[in-house]
Amino acid sequence: MADAEVAYGFAPGQRVRVKTGDPPGHIRTPTYLRGKEGVIEDRQGIYRNPEELAFGKPGLPKKPLYLVRFRQQDVWRDYSGPGTDTLSADIYEHWLEAI
Amino acid sequence: MAHDHEHTPTEDGDHPPTEYELLERALRELLIEKGVFTAEDVRRTIDDWDTRTPANGGKVVARAWTDPEYKARLLSDSKAAIEELGFDVGPAPQIVVLENTPRRHHVVVCTLCSCYPRTLLGLPPDWYKSKEYRSRVVVEPRAVLKEFGTEVPDDVEIKVVDSTADLRYLVLPERPAGTEGLSEDELAALVTRDCMVGVTNANPPG
Repeated sequence: MADAEVAYGFAPGQRVRVKTGDPPGHIRTPTYLRGKEGVIEDRQGIYRNPEELAFGKPGLPKKPLYLVRFRQQDVWRDYSGPGTDTLSADIYEHWLEAI
Repeated sequence: MAHDHEHTPTEDGDHPPTEYELLERALRELLIEKGVFTAEDVRRTIDDWDTRTPANGGKVVARAWTDPEYKARLLSDSKAAIEELGFDVGPAPQIVVLENTPRRHHVVVCTLCSCYPRTLLGLPPDWYKSKEYRSRVVVEPRAVLKEFGTEVPDDVEIKVVDSTADLRYLVLPERPAGTEGLSEDELAALVTRDCMVGVTNANPPG
């Protein structure tokens, strides 16, 4: 499938929540970010789904990938650094929901 | 020293092989026997990895410090700009350069495994792969950086970038003060592997 056939569902600046859940397999969404709220920082490309590639499957349809930025104080309740500290991670679209 | 086992020249060390080394050797011998690749292919690949070192990243950083147009290209299309300097970083994964500024300090980690811009810098250091670094730097980056001797003032944002998927991140450190008269090669010598991960700053001159 050509990349052009897979559209980005989110735009930079949009607020999102990382989905919860703990499916088995080669998941690239870190556990510590599940359920956390952040903002789309950038669109990072359209890639074959690594959750399927890891098991020898084609990984299609491809998935949009985003750099998502979080405030550290939203990730860790007792974060000890300044409120301006942030953390960003690459997260696939099917792990994100709009808020 | 007497060897109690045979090994090929691509294996190093006189220590008894670990379980993983035995597994690797068994797989490699089987794949060579089946004609999937040759021992020469293995040797050449190891050779190729040995040419990928932090010094390559140092050249990229020094060019960005001295040539503002190059820096702009490096930040907008990192792979193409790195290849301009003659480094072959392969088709994937993409390398993305993160610029440190007086307001923002980046530090890179892969909490899930050990993703690292290997095609430019070579293999990551052991501490980068340790559970200790991977679990702590996302929770308390300032404390971890302090252990590397790096004090980041509270009015500078620390931005941790967790390399979880298809991109690999390289930090462009700030150019140290007092380096105005240095040549590009002299500047490149100030760029350490650790400062391109973001756990330190580039070395001061002298």
